[in-house]
Amino acid sequence: MSRLDINKTYKLYIGGKFPRTESGRYYAVNNSKGNLIANMCLASRKDFRNAVVAARKAQTTWANTTALIKGQILYRIAEMLEGRKEQFIAELIMQGETAKAARTEVDASIDRLVYYAGWSDKYQQLFSAVNPVSSSHFNFSCVEPVGVVSIIASENKSLLGLISVIAPAIVSGNTVIVLASESKPLAAISLSEVINSSDVPGGVVNILTGKKDELYSHMASHMDVNSIIYCGSDTNTIKSISELASNNIKRTIFYKKDDWANKLYESPYLIEKTLEVKTTWHPTDI
Amino acid sequence: MLPNLNNLPVYDTTGVNERIARFCSRSIKTSSKIEGMKLALSMIDLTTLEGKDTRGKVEQLCYKAMHPHDSLKNIPTVAAICVYPSYVGVAKKALEGSNIQVASVATAFPSGQSTLKVKLFDTKFAVEQGADEIDMVISRGEFLAGNYQFVFDEIAAIKEACGNAHLKVILETGELDTLDNIRKASEIAIYAGADFIKTSTGKIQPAATLQVTYVMLDAIKDYYLKTGKMIGMKPAGGISTSKISLQYLVMLNEVLGEKWMNKKYFRFGASSLLNDILMQLVKSETGMYQSPYYFSKD
Repeated sequence: MSRLDINKTYKLYIGGKFPRTESGRYYAVNNSKGNLIANMCLASRKDFRNAVVAARKAQTTWANTTALIKGQILYRIAEMLEGRKEQFIAELIMQGETAKAARTEVDASIDRLVYYAGWSDKYQQLFSAVNPVSSSHFNFSCVEPVGVVSIIASENKSLLGLISVIAPAIVSGNTVIVLASESKPLAAISLSEVINSSDVPGGVVNILTGKKDELYSHMASHMDVNSIIYCGSDTNTIKSISELASNNIKRTIFYKKDDWANKLYESPYLIEKTLEVKTTWHPTDI
Repeated sequence: MLPNLNNLPVYDTTGVNERIARFCSRSIKTSSKIEGMKLALSMIDLTTLEGKDTRGKVEQLCYKAMHPHDSLKNIPTVAAICVYPSYVGVAKKALEGSNIQVASVATAFPSGQSTLKVKLFDTKFAVEQGADEIDMVISRGEFLAGNYQFVFDEIAAIKEACGNAHLKVILETGELDTLDNIRKASEIAIYAGADFIKTSTGKIQPAATLQVTYVMLDAIKDYYLKTGKMIGMKPAGGISTSKISLQYLVMLNEVLGEKWMNKKYFRFGASSLLNDILMQLVKSETGMYQSPYYFSKD
């Protein structure tokens, strides 16, 4: 007797758990030949709201985790991903990549995680400073994470594009809510399983699948989100995000090009994008 | 007189849970939700009962009670402020001119482990300071030991000491173990003269749950059917989201009906519920999810 197929149920990743969407909705993801690959959760704004609550709850503890540990945890994600490489390659192929391109993308994703893991205890020296002032003060600036970041991920590079924005955001102590690629969401949810088994505390990374058009306005307007990253080039969406984000002066970050393989995306300046500078005046010579 | 406690209904936990599950799955229209949240807001006993309370903290809380969120128009104020007896005078003065009541816990709150003399003194002191409502605790030890008459007499004595102040009797359901015990304690409190029965002090886990509140509402209903007198209900502790508060209101409406749907007969003992309701109300006005960062803590 032949074995029955065991198909994976792709769910959401919120607060370290894998819930189905509260809305009970789903959408079908097809391959390039039009065959069904999987039914994905069609996340609602309430799922997003719940994810923000989880991200906010996790943020302070994650930010206070030492740089050394944060770096080790990011490296751990890379290790886990390395061990499950073949699964990710298979998923990217299912979503239409060639075998060669899929392998290159997974390799680059792992390397990118290792790259940002290494920066965990070094970016502070680059972006902090002791400032010269003409009064009897010791004046210094140091960097802190902005807080909770919502991310609308790249539509095409569904793994590398995702990791290239998550890693620099979380390495400094931010927590994120990611809306995965709408047409290619499989790798994102498998990545959440990798993250879940890499000592990343629940709530630090939250991953949703669903429709951009339905969710982006809430991701841009939620008053408890401190920054939004949009990977895409739709000018109307960018305009709308900018307007909505102004309500609580969210930091807006737009990546319009889809060239995630480019080494330009390995840079401490990507970490700086979700950092806030705090300057302190400390009296001296009293 | 102590009622007959031998013929009370017996509660089946599975059955109660089934009933609760139905209350929680009612679908409510958005416009009704907003009305419901405003109603819940008007029923809040805004509470601070901490060892670290100060005059400043109580005054600030009173300000919050009178001005929940000034940028929101057409919202009610909370029903009452709930403090320790030592701050009743402070609260009374701070709330002058508003119609917000001052409730005070008394009778060796939260344990209730003291003599009747001390408890009566505690109660009278709070009333003299101007408390409109007294939240007393029952002697759970005596109750669990089966000394129901003792518990009954104690409540009756405190009721007398309250004078014109309303008496809320805290059963501390988290220490009573079974739903049948909770029904029994509700019965004793109601017959001894309670104006309100209240679930918990907030100091013991579990505090208020829909299950224990259901049993207490059921006792209130039976008393009403028998005597025509309406007793109030106050779940307290652990009710921190507007969603849960709406579930309580659904239950209240379905068990006791519309007559109880006001602050005269139903209260929420809570502190963080207020801000959650405010955030939801602002969300419904602006369409944007809100952050606690932009709402005053107290």
